Amino acid sequence: MAENAPKEANDGTVSESDAIDARISEGVSAFVPHNRALGIHFVEAKGGSVTLGLPYDDKLVGDPVTRIIHGGAITTLMDATCGTAVFVRLKEAIPIATLDLRIDYLKPAEPGETVHARADCFKITRTIAFVRCEAFHARDSKDLVAVANGTFMIFRTSGTDPKGGAP
Amino acid sequence: MTTFSELVSKAKETGRLASVVESIPYLRFLGIGIDLVGGEIVGKMAYSKHLIGNTALPALHGGTIGALLESTAIVQTIWEAETARLPKIVTITIDYLRSGRPVDTYARGVITKQGRRVVNVGVEAWQEDRSRPIARANAHFLLEPFDGTGGRSVSP
Repeated sequence: MAENAPKEANDGTVSESDAIDARISEGVSAFVPHNRALGIHFVEAKGGSVTLGLPYDDKLVGDPVTRIIHGGAITTLMDATCGTAVFVRLKEAIPIATLDLRIDYLKPAEPGETVHARADCFKITRTIAFVRCEAFHARDSKDLVAVANGTFMIFRTSGTDPKGGAP
Repeated sequence: MTTFSELVSKAKETGRLASVVESIPYLRFLGIGIDLVGGEIVGKMAYSKHLIGNTALPALHGGTIGALLESTAIVQTIWEAETARLPKIVTITIDYLRSGRPVDTYARGVITKQGRRVVNVGVEAWQEDRSRPIARANAHFLLEPFDGTGGRSVSP
């Protein structure tokens, strides 16, 4: 798990990217009780995409025979990651809401394994954000568990349109 | 140890699904119960503070509503279809129609199409007013038929 508190750079100042990471991390955990309840945490923000993690836990088990975690826990991780990617793209605290989320479960997450999800908000208009997301075993980002596409509603107040003109 | 299929056939005989649902840790964690109510299978997620995703509104986390929809669809599938193990989710598309307020949430699934290997289920969630759904989903699940290849009823 990533260190979430801002780290001091060599010159003693807190670097800008670490401060941003700390703010995202706070947004993921501090303000979202259900993320905290599941152990969903910030991992990294890089090149416009955001990664969150979900550690394996017995309480997440959806099939008592196989000990595989419930699809709903993956849904929650991907919803949270997609939403965080929208916030990062918006760069300001504008309220958003999930409109829809389509998830393909490629294979079950292995019992005992931490799952990471990485989301990229690849298109944003005045009112809608489009996001794609991949969930994978934390030890190997190519070992995909699920893929998702989500759309989010953005509740801008008038005058906060950064680009102007989008629908 | 009671096998999954024993648990399911017992539940079908007695009309009580609670024992199947209670065997699933994640549903216990979320406070989801799914049982026959007046002849139909209804899922209920009892409100609890740890389900909140937005403290400002406040509103339920979209993921918890997704989990309720998925679980209710799974139990509907177990009830109507023959499967040697818990149905495996393949795809789900969730439409969020209204924000989930901090109250109890209900769900009801209807099987749209049942094949031998795949089931398509539509499922809807509501709160105080059933005619104003807060979310709906469509999902595909994979079944394991009871035959020579899929007779394995339990063991991991």
